[in-house]
Amino acid sequence: MKKRFASLLLCATFVTTLLAGCGSGDNNSAAESTQQSGAANTTEATETAGGEQSNAASGQVYYLNFKPEVDGVWQELARKYTEETGVPVKVVTAASGTYEQTLMSEIANAQAPTLFQINGPIGYSNWSEYCLDLKDTELYSWLIDKDLAVAGADGGVYGIPYVVEGYGIIYNDSIMQKYFALKDAEVTSIEQINNFEILEEVVEDMQERKEELGIEGVFASTSLTPGEDWRWHTHLANIPISYEYADKNITDTDALEFTYADNFENIFDLYIENSITAPGLLGSKSVDDSMAEFALGKVAMVQNGNWAWSQISGVEGNVVQEQDVKFLPIYTGMEGEESQGLCIGTENFFSVNSQASSEDQQATIAFVEWLFSSETGKAAVTNKLGFIAPFNTFTDEEKPMDPLAQEVIRYMNDETKESVIWNFTSFPSQQFKDDFGSALLEYAAGSLEWDAVEALVIERWAAEKAAAQ
Amino acid sequence: MMRKTKKTSDVILFCVLCFIVVAFLLPILFVVMNSFKGKLFISDNPFALPTAETFAGLTNYVNGIEKTSFFAAFGWSVFITVFSVLAILLFTSMTAYFVTRVKSKVTSVLYYMFVFSMIVPFQMVMFTMSKLANMTHLNNPVGMVILYLGFGAGLSVFMFCGFIKSIPLDIEEAAMIDGCNPLQTFFGVVMPILKPTAITVAILNAMWIWNDYLLPYLVIGLSTPYKTIPVAVQYLIGSYGAKDMGSMMALLVLSIIPIIIFYLACQKYIIEGVVAGAVKG
Amino acid sequence: MQKTLKRYFSIFVLPTLIAFSFAFIIPFVMGVYLSFCEFKTITNATFVGFENYIKIFADKDFINAFLFTIRFAVVSIATINLFAFALALALTRRIKGTNLFRTVFFMPNLIGGIILGYIWQQMINAILLRYETTLVANANYGFWGLIILMNWQLIGYMMIIYIAGLQNVPTELMEAAQIDGATGWQTLLKVKIPMVMPSITICLFLTVSNSFKLFDQNLALTAGAPSKKTAMLALDIYNTFYGRSGYEGVGQAKAVLFFIVVAVIALSQLVLTRRREVEQ
Repeated sequence: MKKRFASLLLCATFVTTLLAGCGSGDNNSAAESTQQSGAANTTEATETAGGEQSNAASGQVYYLNFKPEVDGVWQELARKYTEETGVPVKVVTAASGTYEQTLMSEIANAQAPTLFQINGPIGYSNWSEYCLDLKDTELYSWLIDKDLAVAGADGGVYGIPYVVEGYGIIYNDSIMQKYFALKDAEVTSIEQINNFEILEEVVEDMQERKEELGIEGVFASTSLTPGEDWRWHTHLANIPISYEYADKNITDTDALEFTYADNFENIFDLYIENSITAPGLLGSKSVDDSMAEFALGKVAMVQNGNWAWSQISGVEGNVVQEQDVKFLPIYTGMEGEESQGLCIGTENFFSVNSQASSEDQQATIAFVEWLFSSETGKAAVTNKLGFIAPFNTFTDEEKPMDPLAQEVIRYMNDETKESVIWNFTSFPSQQFKDDFGSALLEYAAGSLEWDAVEALVIERWAAEKAAAQ
Repeated sequence: MMRKTKKTSDVILFCVLCFIVVAFLLPILFVVMNSFKGKLFISDNPFALPTAETFAGLTNYVNGIEKTSFFAAFGWSVFITVFSVLAILLFTSMTAYFVTRVKSKVTSVLYYMFVFSMIVPFQMVMFTMSKLANMTHLNNPVGMVILYLGFGAGLSVFMFCGFIKSIPLDIEEAAMIDGCNPLQTFFGVVMPILKPTAITVAILNAMWIWNDYLLPYLVIGLSTPYKTIPVAVQYLIGSYGAKDMGSMMALLVLSIIPIIIFYLACQKYIIEGVVAGAVKG
Repeated sequence: MQKTLKRYFSIFVLPTLIAFSFAFIIPFVMGVYLSFCEFKTITNATFVGFENYIKIFADKDFINAFLFTIRFAVVSIATINLFAFALALALTRRIKGTNLFRTVFFMPNLIGGIILGYIWQQMINAILLRYETTLVANANYGFWGLIILMNWQLIGYMMIIYIAGLQNVPTELMEAAQIDGATGWQTLLKVKIPMVMPSITICLFLTVSNSFKLFDQNLALTAGAPSKKTAMLALDIYNTFYGRSGYEGVGQAKAVLFFIVVAVIALSQLVLTRRREVEQ
């Protein structure tokens, strides 16, 4: 008796959550609302359910968000979805740099996140027991390049990438034009800056003539506050490490040699020495500070990705024109870097909590599918979150129109440029990144020599890789 | 002659103390002052008074309150603190009474367990306790009251025991002879005598519970609406990458205000309670 | 009377006992057991013997946290008690404004650790701004920041206890000392200090245990930055538990060691000072 009731309940919830999920979707006109009372497994229900939305859904969605800068957008999306479908969606944002920690303490709670994200294969190995196989979901079927998904040894799909992103040096073209127009400028157009040597000359010259240019420094603050340092220990570090991988023809390693440490130092020194902020003060700066400096026209360049558009455009008193926001590849003094493009890839994979109740799982999948297929969802994803979504539910017109995303797409389509892959998904752990970041902070503050930073990276990499096994 | 030197030295002392008072108040004044500045101006010159340009009015307060649902956090803090303290007062005093008056192996084992728990740092039980609380569905404000009763029992039982030992048995015996059952005796006769200790226990526990961060953070978590003030503050300041200094300052001010009001209102009890607690603890 | 009362066990003791079991007894016993296990959740533990404890001693962060904590404890115990005692002496001289001073000095004690940590983080960063550096740039700043913070928080508290002690010094004793021609220093060393020995015991005990168990302030002020060099024991244990999956057992083992250290220090210190009191 008890069993029967349970299975009935299960069926009912499957159907209702799916109804709720697809209710507002744009692709559900075909299926009539047929509430089957028989056994419904996931796929069956997906095919048969549809039609009118229902408020009787019993599942809940709890998303632990990774990106503090878009917290507001997610809250808004959650509210809209609940309005449309009646399914409660809760979004909690983990503090910058503490995602893993927050996830660990939250996931063991009775009200655990149903939707969280892993950063690739390394993330999957940490969270495998919490990742649901998403192979049979529509979301996976929409994924254009199936190879991008995180697959388990059993062939299941445990993480689905939901965004393709690119990063490089964002520059303010109007300031650059002003510089090019100056007498005896090092170069006269942005195209001429195609390696580190030239970049360095230009930056140093610009820093010297910052009054003429009306800026306070060339680069925005190299934010080194713990938790705010991911642009360096992850993104910037990706470049030398990618080159090292390429040399060795590998995609991961237990023993990093950090062959191109000097190249990292090149660009890092350039950042901190030609900055709006004295190196010693970088430990108090956040990513937001840097983006505000850029948006207010106080600096000409800042290293970040296309996701930063929302921050730039959201700054009060923003003076940067939309058409002036452009990307430059991060040159570090590599051989042949003239053809290097932006760093393009993803480290954002959605995973559904396999230990959540099946109602919640279904509600969660429905929510994500809504996000990437409904008009409202897609509009928010493209315009508010600025995602270049890797799903075939998005048409060519449904690409983000913001200048940075446009630049990423331009670089992707430029055949003379070769993108740098996001290899930091193979970085050993958050711990490694934090240690690296701290070392950079101490280096910037003058209490650590560069050699020590280099040694620490190699040592910590090996130690953390060993600890993960 | 003697008096005169004493006077001058007192004047010097008075000045020194005034200086120290200012130093003590400085951090608070600093936060209050900056909470009225626009968020982008704070880091420029943190020690400058707000000017017409930098003055932000109550914007920071509005932002801070919105982002953290401060009033809800305040409400949950009050709820958890008040009910936990009431539960602790009621139940631990009863337990202490029983443990002191009934002499048996069980009671002495109990007593030593309570005393033992006082020296155990929270980290020792933090993981297992929060997991257990989750498994038993204590991860809500009512559950928090139970956990605080349990974790606060050590010190409270110990303090009540110390006091009950000094109460002469005669009064209770007289009450019993008059036909009171133990409950009536306890509430009618013993409880009123316990009042001074009860105030001490209440104050010590209230201070601890109101300010506690880790227990509510681990047990209740971030996803529930039951965040207490410390959890909400840590959540806002740690989170949002934004590091909105303005609302952070405003929030710090807001968090201090209830404590200061409470302190000024019952300063006498608090200071006495703390001294008594320290002496006995 | 005992007999009748005994029958009321379930009313008098059970509620506290149940809560106590959930909050303390069961978690404590499980905690000790789990320190010998590898586990992710408390229900799927496998026994591994002393493996976790062995791992601790290879953990540089833990050893660093241990040394940092000791260094912190020594300095903060000395400074807090010294300042608190000095203020207590000053405030027992019946000068004007004593009540106001006492009120202000005690107040920081009531503010929670998280809030205190952030207030001081802002304050110290604002000061360091002039020297173009920040709190997290150098572990020494974090160390002294914590010392200042703890002094600010605890001086008032300890002062109150010392005042209570000093007020209990019998006036006859002080007068006798004066008649004997004792100087201020002599009265202090020979009369006052011995007489307030119980207060000193209490204050030492409180500062030691507060310093060792410090967590909230540490988390809010520096969170261990840079490179965990300013992480104290409690924070290191927290980081081990929640920083990396698979290390819960090591975290629990650290917690057990931490408990033993705290217990030993607290007890030995209590025994030592109690003995001194008797001798005096």
